[in-house]
Amino acid sequence: MRHTISVQVENKFGVLSRVAGLFSGRGYNIESISVGETLDPKISVMTIVTRGENQIVEQINKQLNKLIDVIKVQDLFDVDHVEREMVMIKITPTQEQKAEVLRLAEIFRGRVVDSSLKTYTIEITGDESKIEAFLELVKPMGVKEFVRSGKIAIARERSRG
Amino acid sequence: MKVSGAEIVVESLKKEGVTHIFGYPGGVVLNLFDYLYDAKDIKLILTRHEQGATHMADGYARSSGKVGVALVTSGPGATNTVTGIATAAMDSIPIVVLTGQVPTMLIGNDAFQEADIVGITRPCTKYNYLVKNIDDLAPTIREAFHIASSGRPGPVLIDLPKDISAGTGNFNWPEKIQIRSYNPTVEGNRKMIEKAVDEIAKSKKPVIIAGGGVILSNASDELRELAELTQVPVITTLMGIGSFPSVHPLSLGMPGMHGTYYANMAIQDSDLIVAVGMRFDDRVTGKISAFAPHATIVHIDIDPTSIRKNVHVDIPIVGDSKNILTTLNQIVRTQQKTQWTEIRKAWLKQLDDWKQLKPMSYKYSDTVIKPQYVIEKLYEATGGDAIITTEVGQNQMWAAQFFKFDKPRTFLTSGGLGTMGYGFPAAIGAQVANPDKTVIDIAGDGSIQMNIQELATAVVYELPVKVAILNNRYLGMVRQWQEMFFNERYSHSNLNVVPDFVKVAEAYSAVGLRAEKPSDVEPVIREALKTKKPVFMDFVIDWKEKVFPMVPAGAAIDQMIFDEEEPKKEKETKKLKAVK
Repeated sequence: MRHTISVQVENKFGVLSRVAGLFSGRGYNIESISVGETLDPKISVMTIVTRGENQIVEQINKQLNKLIDVIKVQDLFDVDHVEREMVMIKITPTQEQKAEVLRLAEIFRGRVVDSSLKTYTIEITGDESKIEAFLELVKPMGVKEFVRSGKIAIARERSRG
Repeated sequence: MKVSGAEIVVESLKKEGVTHIFGYPGGVVLNLFDYLYDAKDIKLILTRHEQGATHMADGYARSSGKVGVALVTSGPGATNTVTGIATAAMDSIPIVVLTGQVPTMLIGNDAFQEADIVGITRPCTKYNYLVKNIDDLAPTIREAFHIASSGRPGPVLIDLPKDISAGTGNFNWPEKIQIRSYNPTVEGNRKMIEKAVDEIAKSKKPVIIAGGGVILSNASDELRELAELTQVPVITTLMGIGSFPSVHPLSLGMPGMHGTYYANMAIQDSDLIVAVGMRFDDRVTGKISAFAPHATIVHIDIDPTSIRKNVHVDIPIVGDSKNILTTLNQIVRTQQKTQWTEIRKAWLKQLDDWKQLKPMSYKYSDTVIKPQYVIEKLYEATGGDAIITTEVGQNQMWAAQFFKFDKPRTFLTSGGLGTMGYGFPAAIGAQVANPDKTVIDIAGDGSIQMNIQELATAVVYELPVKVAILNNRYLGMVRQWQEMFFNERYSHSNLNVVPDFVKVAEAYSAVGLRAEKPSDVEPVIREALKTKKPVFMDFVIDWKEKVFPMVPAGAAIDQMIFDEEEPKKEKETKKLKAVK
């Protein structure tokens, strides 16, 4: 099962390596990890996507909690939440395909962030299925480079007015 | 007022109640050593190797309950501490290791004697620090001691760049510490504890398995109370030895690979396991899928990651063992209607039958020294009033099986990491913490050579530790596995050349004694215990002797192998009087 875990940590040097070491030392896999400061500059949030049997994910959550620098761990698996990822794709369309790229970008609410004689670089934000779908469509036209930010996630508030 | 970094370090250690540091000097810690040169109320024990320093700090901590401290230089000094740190981490032992580091501006430059010790020790410390600002020194040391000694204890390393110990700054000693991200659960969940009591009351075949956590939280009295109140027998893991008197009628000894027949049978037949401060190590469980098939498991542990890591747990109780057992006993005491003794009668009878059927035994010989005989005689000669450390291998198992421990903090052994070379320096550390006690390292001829240089430390500081070398000229446990599982192909387990340990002892101005036949054993032990100096006792033992019972790796724990030959004959040996 894939789990997205949101981890509040002290914003100190070495914390990322403690978290990464926890996974590598036990042979657990990190599918993606993204880190950024919160409103309080002393705290960062890491969004970690990992995969494993229930017992392993339980261990991951407990081990994360055990790290001295970890303030709070929230496994979003059973929590209603919003996930987003940003990707940038450098596409190499032929002259005839150029209009198609722009059309697709528009459909997917993407933005052209760079263009050259031979390439368009498109920025797309969304959940995984949206990004996969876009990638499927532009792949035949030739993708020169593809970078993704790693997932970020946030729990939904329970009572929505 | 600004003071030197060295002064901040040493004065902070004093504030933490540190009286002894085990250390070794070098370039980047010279300022610290200079300050220690005339520091009062704190003594540096100069070791002969940094690994020795960490094991001594560990032995000091295990035997006293205080935090042990080591101080070493950068680079190789720091990397030499890694085995000692990992040993302490695996067994949850509170030590603080101070390492020197190259000046801040040189870090990352591959400077002379530079090692990224914070990076190297990240997975084997509970926490570690690189101090980059002198003003942070005192708060860091305060925090380090708090983290090392609270929750599930463990080693903490503080890396001190040269410019930090040599510079000047403010002594910011915090009276209180609050680490928002570190709040170990101490009190157990009351509802879970009540459930556990219900299970104990319902159970027909319960056992308690007590581990090192009982000793770490000083919960031996509470454990004994629980066992006696509810008439539940107690099994002590290797790390839990001493947490419950092994001569107590409810004691079943050690479980697992070299555990007693009756402990393993009890676990496999039990309908309830109350695990306290133990972590279901693979040496305890054997084949996991066949472990305790009928048992409901109550698991008390301060570390949530220990729970459901290896075995399924029905009632998890996270918290401090002492705290939880106290509450548990309170609830048990209110349930006066239950006739515990009556309920347990059949089960205790069954256990007694198992004890009669296959007691711990060995074959005594008149001609060649059996290692178990040496351990029995050590027990008799000390009256059990001694701190025993061990190395790792056969010596460790025989010590665990045949010495009878009745007090916590008297059996120090590297249970988790299994570090050969641990026992001797740990014994020296224990002797520093307990100057009036008899401290004996039960060693093998292989293990003792891994930190034999510390004999100089014992001699210089007049620490009269005794080392009983069970000398079989082999790496005995490796040889045993090769005999049993590798068609007697003794690949590189024969040490061939073993030094003359009597001469080694004498070369270091210590005392060396040798026993070559069974009748030598008692006189040698008696002589050693009378001697006020460090003593090496070289017991030339039967090299063919193996450790039994044995559960082969990967088998269920009731699949034990016993010594196939005749059981031990009644032997007529006079009991030694305890030597004081």
